[in-house]
Amino acid sequence: MKTAAAWAILLLGMAYFILPLVGLVEFSLSMTRGEYSLEAYRVVFADPRFRDTFSYSVLMAVLTIVFGVVLVVPTAFWVRLKLPHWRPVIEFVTLLPLVIPAIVIVFGYIRLYNTSSWLPLTGTTSGTNLLLLFGYATLSLPYMYRAVDTGLRTIDVATLTEAAQSLGAGWGTILARVILPNVLVSVLSGAFVTFAIVMGEFTLAALLDRPAFGPYLQLMGANRAYEPFALATIAFIITWACMGLIQLVTRFTKHDKAPR
Amino acid sequence: MTDTSPPAAPPAAPSRRRLRLAWLGLVPFALFVGLFLIAPTMKIVIGAFQRADGSFTFENLIGLFTPSILASYWISIKISVASAALGALIGFLMAAAMVLGGLPRGIRAPLLTFSGVASNFAGVPLAFAFLATLGPLGLVTVWLRTEFGINLRAHGFNILSFWGLTITYIFFQIPLMILIITPALDGLKREWREAAQSLGATATQYWTSVALPILFPSLLGTFALLFANAFGAVATAIALTGSSLNIVPIMLFAQIRGDVLGNPHLGYAMAFGMILITAFANILYIWLRMRSERWLK
Repeated sequence: MKTAAAWAILLLGMAYFILPLVGLVEFSLSMTRGEYSLEAYRVVFADPRFRDTFSYSVLMAVLTIVFGVVLVVPTAFWVRLKLPHWRPVIEFVTLLPLVIPAIVIVFGYIRLYNTSSWLPLTGTTSGTNLLLLFGYATLSLPYMYRAVDTGLRTIDVATLTEAAQSLGAGWGTILARVILPNVLVSVLSGAFVTFAIVMGEFTLAALLDRPAFGPYLQLMGANRAYEPFALATIAFIITWACMGLIQLVTRFTKHDKAPR
Repeated sequence: MTDTSPPAAPPAAPSRRRLRLAWLGLVPFALFVGLFLIAPTMKIVIGAFQRADGSFTFENLIGLFTPSILASYWISIKISVASAALGALIGFLMAAAMVLGGLPRGIRAPLLTFSGVASNFAGVPLAFAFLATLGPLGLVTVWLRTEFGINLRAHGFNILSFWGLTITYIFFQIPLMILIITPALDGLKREWREAAQSLGATATQYWTSVALPILFPSLLGTFALLFANAFGAVATAIALTGSSLNIVPIMLFAQIRGDVLGNPHLGYAMAFGMILITAFANILYIWLRMRSERWLK
């Protein structure tokens, strides 16, 4: 009786989650009247704006990940090693992007870095791209920092550092060849979340007026009948793949790490 | 188990000079966070209290209390409350079914993984998924009409409305609830139920007098988090409703694009109001979480 009720609740709940995805895929296959076809996908892939915006977002995602790793790994390492009493403060700061809505942050960017300010980033294309990159890095900061810090917790940072130092390694070598390989799995899971965030992000790119995938998706939604559903299916597959890869890398490493 | 290991040797006291230089390692991070998180936010907060010429004023905040802006806050709050309440309720039921319902353990990992994905599947694609399902030509809409003769539109349902947006939002609210409340449900000790039963309590009494009071801070805290989550969502709303539903994020979006309010500093005040509401909800979440950790270790 109790188990039956539990099954009923779960199945009803799952139906709510699965129906929209079925609806999405079904719509994306319905461009040709009366039969299922990949016509919407063909049209989408043939659209040069799709290729441009998609590759722009992929490039931005990769750059955001590189920047995020270069910023977060040394910081989290340094805090663990030298400034442990600063950890709560740093952790609090990295969680702020979850509290302050993205639209408020980008509003601040536009007002702070406009053409008449001391740092006119929005005045040039490359400057705006850079600002968008920093914005993406800010949005992914909570996930990236948490992932790396959790990874650092499982290794003995102080001993590894001293061992490397006594072998003559400098800080750069320690970070790149000792710490980073040890937290690589955590860095990867942070990277996949970042990738998923950047690929689907709309608000920042739209308000900074950059040709990213999110705004393109919204534009197509307002103007076309079937193509947006094909695009949304693609976006969903990307999100799903990123999260799946996180599960895969974390499970993959559970076996080769000694219990703490 | 007693701890017999000798206390860890205190770390060699670093020389004063080294300690004083250690903070230098934080400079890149502090610079980044200062320039691209703190300063932009402060710019908005300070701007909310300034006139165009930079002098101090409360006019902008008072300006928020005009019918159109108040109405947008009100509908935003209503949607956030409704989606947080529904998301929390359904998520709680699903998590309870999974943890306490006597289902096979194998169901747990896939459901939690799925929740991780679904809670991240927000934004424009989510809006399209619901248009394809509950929109005028959507899967469920058409199915209900042809199979059961139920016309959703005739019953006043419209995906571009309050309830349409709420139903869409709970797609990322339910999974978040499941992710956060599952550890709390795991923390309910079997002994508590047994103790209650041996004292003659019915299942209902156990829930109302033992389990729910213990879970209450977690439930309320997660509700606050879900509320903030919905309040800040922009992309889903814009892709779904365009500008037909004047919730705060959509109004702010239009304001940033084209100063529709006719006063840039009123925009600052709107953004400041958003920060206040999401910050309040998050502080409530953190505080209640700390309270609930007393019981649920």
